[in-house]
Amino acid sequence: MRRDVFQAIADPTRREIITLIASQTLTPNAVADSFDVSRQAISKHIKILTECGLIMITQQGRQRYCYIQADKLNEVSDWLADFRKQWNQRFDRLDNLLVKMQSKKRKITDKK
Amino acid sequence: MSGKNQTKIIAEKGKQEFFIEREFEAPRELVFKAFSEPDLLVQWLGPDRLKMKIEKYDYRSGGAYRFLHINEKGNEYGFNGVIHEVAEPERIIRTFEFEGLPERGHVSLETATFVALPNERTLLKIHSVFKSVADRDGMISSGMEGGMNEGLVKLDKLLASLLIKS
Repeated sequence: MRRDVFQAIADPTRREIITLIASQTLTPNAVADSFDVSRQAISKHIKILTECGLIMITQQGRQRYCYIQADKLNEVSDWLADFRKQWNQRFDRLDNLLVKMQSKKRKITDKK
Repeated sequence: MSGKNQTKIIAEKGKQEFFIEREFEAPRELVFKAFSEPDLLVQWLGPDRLKMKIEKYDYRSGGAYRFLHINEKGNEYGFNGVIHEVAEPERIIRTFEFEGLPERGHVSLETATFVALPNERTLLKIHSVFKSVADRDGMISSGMEGGMNEGLVKLDKLLASLLIKS
C-alpha cells in the first residue's frame, strides 16, 4: 500500500482525524475519545497519517501530542489535479464521440 | 484531441459541493444525447481501463440507473441513483451513490446543465452536492472509485456500435 497523502485522505475516518487535529493539538487518546470506533482502529489510522507525513507526534513531558503538518496539507491542495485529469480524459473522449456523431449526422443528411 | 477547451473544476475548501465546467464544439442536443443514451455514455464516461456494464438505465424523470465497474480481478463496484428530472436538451438532475464505500447512504445530488452557445457550441456545467465536506473530499481524492485506490486497472473498453437516429 502506498503511503502518500492521497491514500491517507481517502478514508473518511482519517479525514475526520485530520480535521480534528488541524484545529487543535491532541493526544492520541483524546483523538480516540472523539470516535466511536476502537482505540486500536484509531491507532492504526494515526499510524498511517504519521507514515505519510500528515501528522507528527512529539513528546511533551509525559504526553505525546499529534500535530498537523501544514506543508503536507498544502500538497493536498493540488488534490484537484488528479480529479481534473480524470475529467479531462473523459471530456476528450466525449469530444471524439461528438465529432463522430456530427459526421454521421452530416452523412445521413447528405443522403436525403 | 482537444487542448482548446479546458475543464474547469471549482471546489472550495470546507464546502460540500464542486462544479465542473467545459465547453464543447457541438450543439447541446448532441451533448445531451451523449449523456442520456447508454450506448454513447459508455464510450466516454468509464475510465479507459475499467469495464463498465450498464445494469439498469431508465433515463427519464422518475427513473433509475445502475452501472458497474469491473476490475481485472472480476470485482464489481456498483454505482446507482434515481433520475429526478430529464429536461431535454437543457438539464438532467440525478442522485449518485457509490456502493463500494464501507457504508451505504453517501448519496450526492448532481445537476448537469447544457447551455447553448453561439456557433453551435455548448457549455456543460455539472454541479454536485454531497452530504458532508468529507464525502465531497473523498469523491475528489479518489474519483469514482470512492474510498478505494485501485491504481491502474487494465481492462478492455466496452464499445457499443454507434447507432444514431437523426
